[in-house]
Amino acid sequence: MREVAVVATALHQVPALTDTTEVQLMVPLLNAAREAVGLTQADIGFTCSGSSDFLAGQAFSFVQTLDAVGAFPPISESHVEMDGAFALYEAWVKLQIGEVDTALVFSYGKSSPGSLRDVLALQLDPYFLAPLWPPAEAIAALQARLLLEVGIVGAEELAEIAVRSQRNAVGNPNAVRSSREVTVADLMAEAPIADPLRPSDLAAESDGGCAVVLAAGDRARELCDRPAWIRGIDHRIDAHGLGTRDLTLAPSAALAASLACTAAGLEVDSLDLAELHSPTTSQEAILVRAFGLGGSTEVNPSGGALAGNTLMAAGLMRIAEAAGRIIDGRADRALAHATSGPCLQQNLVCVMAGD
Amino acid sequence: MAKQHTAVLGVGQTKYQSTRGDVSMAGLVREAALRALVDAGLEWADVDAVVIGKAPDFFEGVMMPELYLADALGCVGKPILRVHTAGSVGGSTALVAASLIQGGIHRRVLTLGFEKQSESNATWALSLPQPFSVSINAGAGGYFSPIIRQYMARSGAPELIGCMVAFKDRQHALRNPYAHLHQHDLTFDQVVEAPMLWDPIRYSETCPSSDGACAMVLGDEAAGDAASGPVAWVHGTAMRSEANNFPGRDEVSPQASRDCAADVFRQAGISDPRAEIDVVEMYVPFSWYEPMWLESIGFAERDAGWRMVEEGATNLDGGDLPVNCSGGVLSSNPIGASGMIRFAEAALQVRGMAGDHQVDGARRALGHAYGGGAQYFAMWVVGADKP
Repeated sequence: MREVAVVATALHQVPALTDTTEVQLMVPLLNAAREAVGLTQADIGFTCSGSSDFLAGQAFSFVQTLDAVGAFPPISESHVEMDGAFALYEAWVKLQIGEVDTALVFSYGKSSPGSLRDVLALQLDPYFLAPLWPPAEAIAALQARLLLEVGIVGAEELAEIAVRSQRNAVGNPNAVRSSREVTVADLMAEAPIADPLRPSDLAAESDGGCAVVLAAGDRARELCDRPAWIRGIDHRIDAHGLGTRDLTLAPSAALAASLACTAAGLEVDSLDLAELHSPTTSQEAILVRAFGLGGSTEVNPSGGALAGNTLMAAGLMRIAEAAGRIIDGRADRALAHATSGPCLQQNLVCVMAGD
Repeated sequence: MAKQHTAVLGVGQTKYQSTRGDVSMAGLVREAALRALVDAGLEWADVDAVVIGKAPDFFEGVMMPELYLADALGCVGKPILRVHTAGSVGGSTALVAASLIQGGIHRRVLTLGFEKQSESNATWALSLPQPFSVSINAGAGGYFSPIIRQYMARSGAPELIGCMVAFKDRQHALRNPYAHLHQHDLTFDQVVEAPMLWDPIRYSETCPSSDGACAMVLGDEAAGDAASGPVAWVHGTAMRSEANNFPGRDEVSPQASRDCAADVFRQAGISDPRAEIDVVEMYVPFSWYEPMWLESIGFAERDAGWRMVEEGATNLDGGDLPVNCSGGVLSSNPIGASGMIRFAEAALQVRGMAGDHQVDGARRALGHAYGGGAQYFAMWVVGADKP
C-alpha cells in the first residue's frame, strides 16, 4: 500500500449551531486545515465529503456546501451519504491509485434543528420497523439490556465509562459534556430514560464539522514534521435486522480492527490510545471487547463521542482527534473508530502511527 | 502499486417502470445485483465489496438505506460505501467502485444504483422549505429551461432540435426491453404538439419518473482475463465538480464538464473524440442537453452540436456517433441509477451485448452523467481491448 498520512485537522463542535449555516460552519474549518499545511484548494488533488440530507432537511444539501470549498476552477470531488470517516476512506483509496498526492476530507452535521431520535428511526427497515418510529435510545437500550442480562457488563461499568468520558473531556474545547467532579454514584442515581440507559449513558448530541488533509509519501513529509501515517484502514457491515444478530457483539467492528491492525503490523496492546465512536456507554463496552483494548491503551482521551456526537462527523472527528495527538507528539500509535446504523451495524477502523 | 486495470465483468438491470409495486427496495436492488452476478458468471461469495449510489434519501423517505440493504446485497461482513453526488451519482458510484480496483484494494466489486420513486414523492422531496433561502419550487425543468434558452440563442439552433432528440431516443427505447417508455405509435408530430411545460421544454422532451436498479460487477485484470465472456475494459475515469453560482459561470457548457471530458479522453489516449468514440450513453434528462453536451464534451464545435442532431449523426440507424441507443434518460429515469445505466450501457456496447440496440463493431464507448445545477460530472471510457 502507498504511504498516506493525516497531515492537518480542524474541528468544531458545540451543542447547537442556531445561527450558522453548514457553509458558514465549514469555511473556517476548511481554511484552517488547508492553511495549517500551507495549501490552497488548487493544491488539493481530490476532495471528498460526508453528510446527510435527512439532517439538513433538504435534498442535495451537500451541493450548497460545495460553496465552502471554493470549487472553481472545477475540482475532482466526491461525496458519500455517510460519516466523514468513510469519505476519508474513499480519499485514501484515491491516493492509493497514485495519480494525486493530496486530499481534503470533511463532514458536518447539524441535528439541533430537528429531533434526532425521530430522524434516526428513519434509518431502520422501512417496511417493518421504521413505521413504528422506535426512538434511537430505545433501540440502544435493547442492546444494553442484553449485555446486562447476559452478564457481560455490569451497570456500574457503564457508569464508569460515562465518568471517564466526562473527566477526559475536561479541557477539550470541542466537548459539549465534561465534568471533573461527577462520580459513578451520581450517574447511577440518574433515572433511566430507556432502561437501563441513563442520560449520561447516551452520547451528548451536538452540531459541528471536521476537516482533514491527507497526503501521500514524501508530500506528507514536506507538509508535516510528524505525519500521522495511516498504517491500516478497513470497514465492514453487519446485518441490519436487530433480530438476526447477537447484539452483545460487533463482529464487523472486530473484523475491521483485526484487518486494520494486521495491515499496520501492530498488536492492539501496542496502541497508545483509541478514539471510539460509541453513541452509548454500552456500545463502548462492546467495542472495547471487540477490539481487545486494555492495558496501557488510553480509551477516548478527548472524551470520545460520548462527550459530543455530531452525527455524520463524529467518526471523522475520532480520526482527527487521534491523528492530532500523533502530529503533536503526544502519541505514537492510535486507533480511531467510526460507526453507523443501529446498534453498531457498520464500523470503520483506522490505525495510525507516527513512525 | 501502479494503477490497476479494471474490467466490467457483468451488468444487470431491472425493467424500468413507474411503479415496481411487486418488490421492496431490497427486492429491487437484489434483482439487478443477481443479474449482474449471473452475467459475470460469479457468486455472491466472489464479491469483495459493494458500492451503492442513489439520489436524495427523501426520494424514498429512508435515511441511508444502504444500512437496511446490506443484507439483500450480500455484504454482511464486507465493506459497503454509499455515494451521493446528485444526478451524476450513478456514474460517480461506478467510478468509486472502479477506484477500489484501480487502487489495488479489491479484486471484484459489486456496484449498484437504484431509485424507487414510487415509495415517496420527488416533487415534495425537492420542495422542502429551507431557512435562509427562498424556494422557487421550479423543479429541475424550471431550473434548466433558461439555460436551454441561452443555448438556443447563442447557437442559433432551430426550435425543433429538442423534439428531434426526444423522438430519436423514444425510437431507440423500442429496441431496449428494459426501457420504461415504449411508445410504439409515437409520431414526430405528437412530440412537437405535446404541451409546453417549461418553455422551451415540452412534456414530450422530459424524462419519466421511474423505479429501477442497475448493477455492475467490476474486476481486476486477472478477473477480466479469466472471464469466459467478453468484458469491457476501463480506459479512463474522471469526476469534476464546480460551484453553482458565481459571476461569469458558463452554465451552458460548464468548465467542469469540459475539464472532465478532457481528462477522461487524455487517459484513454483519445485526441479526436468524434472519430475515436463509437457510441455514447449521455445523461440527457431534457432533450436539448444532447446537442449541448455534444459540444461541451468535444464531439462538436461550439454552437454546432445541434447540426449533428439535425443530420441524424446521433441516430442508431445511420449515424456515425449514435447517442443513447438504450433510449437514454428520456426513456427511463430511476434517478440514482440513471448515471450507472449510462455507464453500464456503454460497457454492454463494447462487449457486443446490447441486443437490438447494439452498434455494430463498437470498440470504444463513453458513459456520461451530470447532476446538480449542471455542476457534477462523471465520465468513463470503456473499450473492447485491454488498454
